[in-house]
Amino acid sequence: MQLDDLIAIAEKHKGSRKKIIVRTCMSAGCMSSQADVIKKNLETEARLQGLEADVEVRRVGCMGFCGQGPLVGVDQNGEHNLWEFVKPEDAPSIISALKGGACRVQRGDPKHPFFAKQMHIVRANGGIVDPERIEDYIAIGGYLALHHALTELQPAQVVEEVTKSGLRGRGDAGFPTGLKWGTVAKSPGAKKYIVCNGDEGDPGAFMDRSVLESDPHIVLEGMAIAAYAVGADQGYLYVRAEYPLAISRLQIAIKQAKQLGLLGAGIFESPFSFNVDIRIGAGAFVCGEETALMASVEGKRGTPRPRPPFPAESGLWGCPTLINNVETFANISAIINRGGDWYAGIGTEKSKGTKVFALTGKIKNNGLIEVPMGIPLRQIVEEMGGGAPDGRSIKSVQTGGPSGGCIPANYLDTPVDYESLTKLGSIMGSGGMVVMDDSTNMVEIAKFYMEFCMEESCGKCIPCRAGTVQMFNLLEKITRRQATARDLAKLEELCDMVKNTSLCGLGQTAPNPVISTLKFFRKEYEELLQPDPFGPAAGGAPLAPERVTK
Amino acid sequence: MKIRLATVWLGGCAGCHMSFLDLDEFLIELAEAVDLVYSPVVDVKDYPENVDLCLIEGAVCNEDNLEILHKIRARTKTLVAFGDCAVTGNVPAMRNQFGIDNAENVLQRAYIESAQNHPAVPKGDGIVPPLLERVRPVHEMVYVEYFLPGCPPSASRIKSLVAQLLSGHAPKLEGEQLKFG
Amino acid sequence: MAAKTLTIDGKLISAEEGATVLQTATEAGIKIPTLCHLAGVYDVGACRLCIVEITGVAKLLPACTTKVAEGMEIQTNSERLRKYRRLILELLFAERNHVCAVCVSNGHCELQTLAYSQGMEHVRYDYTFPKWGVDTTHRLFGMDHNRCVLCTRCVRVCWHIEGAGTKNVAGRGGKSKIITDLNQAWGDSVSCTECGKCVMACPTGALFQKGSTVGEMEHDRDKLEFITTAREKKQWVAAD
Repeated sequence: MQLDDLIAIAEKHKGSRKKIIVRTCMSAGCMSSQADVIKKNLETEARLQGLEADVEVRRVGCMGFCGQGPLVGVDQNGEHNLWEFVKPEDAPSIISALKGGACRVQRGDPKHPFFAKQMHIVRANGGIVDPERIEDYIAIGGYLALHHALTELQPAQVVEEVTKSGLRGRGDAGFPTGLKWGTVAKSPGAKKYIVCNGDEGDPGAFMDRSVLESDPHIVLEGMAIAAYAVGADQGYLYVRAEYPLAISRLQIAIKQAKQLGLLGAGIFESPFSFNVDIRIGAGAFVCGEETALMASVEGKRGTPRPRPPFPAESGLWGCPTLINNVETFANISAIINRGGDWYAGIGTEKSKGTKVFALTGKIKNNGLIEVPMGIPLRQIVEEMGGGAPDGRSIKSVQTGGPSGGCIPANYLDTPVDYESLTKLGSIMGSGGMVVMDDSTNMVEIAKFYMEFCMEESCGKCIPCRAGTVQMFNLLEKITRRQATARDLAKLEELCDMVKNTSLCGLGQTAPNPVISTLKFFRKEYEELLQPDPFGPAAGGAPLAPERVTK
Repeated sequence: MKIRLATVWLGGCAGCHMSFLDLDEFLIELAEAVDLVYSPVVDVKDYPENVDLCLIEGAVCNEDNLEILHKIRARTKTLVAFGDCAVTGNVPAMRNQFGIDNAENVLQRAYIESAQNHPAVPKGDGIVPPLLERVRPVHEMVYVEYFLPGCPPSASRIKSLVAQLLSGHAPKLEGEQLKFG
Repeated sequence: MAAKTLTIDGKLISAEEGATVLQTATEAGIKIPTLCHLAGVYDVGACRLCIVEITGVAKLLPACTTKVAEGMEIQTNSERLRKYRRLILELLFAERNHVCAVCVSNGHCELQTLAYSQGMEHVRYDYTFPKWGVDTTHRLFGMDHNRCVLCTRCVRVCWHIEGAGTKNVAGRGGKSKIITDLNQAWGDSVSCTECGKCVMACPTGALFQKGSTVGEMEHDRDKLEFITTAREKKQWVAAD
């Protein structure tokens, strides 16, 4: 495989395209509403209506507007149509509308703020390419970035470009990606590894799932570029077992990339070799924590270990290891293609580029969005999301999942960037964004997340293992109206201790939903507290030292 | 005015009170400093008002325990959880491990399965107090000022704690003075 | 090996490069509370009792897995650390059924000793009273899960000193459990060599020799360090 071959594949593929392309979303969301039957019916109908020669019914990945799904897009004469809430029996109507005339299906509005305010880098190909055909990805310029990096850039220059872009880790902590790559590149060692963290587990989060299901090659290309930059020849893609579609599409993608010599030995006939293997998680949330994930890749029990040493120094089997999240890797090819400076021009001073969010909860327009960093939260939830349904008002927006916090409605003008969210006691996190309306009980929300952390604690360190249990019990006591002010004090004391003493990020952030709801919605806790008739004030002053004189 | 002292025996084996009696000649000193206004060793039926100090032995096992404990808290300035049952629940609380209907299971085991003659669970409204769903240490039910663990706490440790309290110091259990079991 | 100079609790100390904060403090006579640490096996930093404050480091770090560095300023016993340690111990006592009065290790228990050292005279958090079983199927030893603190010392000695790999951890969170082989009865274990190192290593009364009654189970933990020293340094010396 050389550049000419790549271009030849792209040209051949473009040449074979038909006039009209009917794109059927076949991501997990739409698939759950029979998208596979819809696609089959569309194909049958195109044949029955004699349009077989002109119409290509294409399997594509997520188009984002998941709440309106199943979605079908139509590209015809340079125009784009979107059909929403499509049912299998709608196929004849959709196909006959291609010949002109009305369609009985609800038409989507591509100018809707939900779409208009988005900016696509990571999801550039979502809903456009067939995730199971590498030719589709190549036809829109896929693997050109890898070729450019391998043939025209030194590894250090790749790191330099990523550093210049200002990209920060999209998994959770927001660590500067270029700095991490540079550290791994400089770590001594003949064997190095790349790990892609696809163990997305926050309740309500489906960003990485969508990227993997819709455009697996963008992640593989990012990983390969990273491997070249840091000097690794082996990568692991860690995907949770709950994402079978993502796993199967990744398997297909890896196989196709290997067949074309875009993965494996001597990529683009250079000395660079890179293999990727998939490792499937076994359902533990903690395996999203990098040291636990690596233990799991090694075949051990997935528990975290203290850092330092950081994976960049000593990761998989003691070798320097670069571990990044799916979305982080998905940004790389664009950065190499268009330059770090271009990327750094998007976003705010310290948060560059775009961020994908899974917008869910009590909001009219659910779905997956990619927005430039720094966009005010209000624009996301009110304009794009359309506010709360049923005439209710928004009370709070939860970001960052169980590690994050609840941002109250009066802070909706906050720009969405790492620093601003942290200042409010929440975090950017991996991109879960759960909207809550004014009927939401915030203590119940805190309890929900605490229960999640309690169930998902690995059990290794005491503060997280036993602390989450006691915090959950106290929250339960409060919501059952059996707790007193003394119990609330105990809860706050535990929050502080678990946050500061736990071994890994899971425990260190587990109290955050409680801390943040206490900060903004303390009254809701206090309203549930009961009087304390047998408390400290009940019997009078203690005997010593106040009462007795010597 | 002398300190008004009470000692009370909830769900426990009375071992802590035995240990209290092991104070020997310190009991005489104590008698000069305190009035023992309520205790298993004193024939007073009702827990009096205005008690300064109460040593509570035993865990909170039944409704009777809980009722008197509430009365004690309301009428006493300073409570000491006296011994492991009061401090931790100890052996009486081991039945908690057997789930929410443990009280019934415990009664079955004690009075039916283990009975040699006339197996029957004792009943009597107003006479035999019903068991609580769960046995609890004293401080889970009412606020407790000080704690003296031990099973039982030795006489020397009881003496140390009481002496500190009587001399107007908040008791500190240090070194050998602090012991469970 | 290069020496590093650092201060622990205001005391100027020189340490060997590569040594941990815990080793260095111990050599200097500064006692840091530990539970999962056991001389002779590698550290896992799990119990969090040995956390220390290091100037310039935002997070509290476990002394057992943190390496010394030049100029480090370490606090091992601040009021905040003492408070956290007591809380951790309270959580442990509330987590399972630690009934000292009827425990084989009463009086020889590291958990008790730690509680005393941190002035823990009662537990403010509600006891959870979980139901855990006791495995007495083994010919020589018993395992009472009610008294287990999940320090994994038994697992580590079984894998890394004895090399049998009988003990392991199953489950997660508060439901984690020490198991033998593939979660079988200990008596049915084919890998157990009956060496008893796990019993020696146990800080509480969770692992015991059969036949021990209250207060009789004394764990001989020094043996483990003796074995590793002998193996690694070819020195057959008893621990201090």
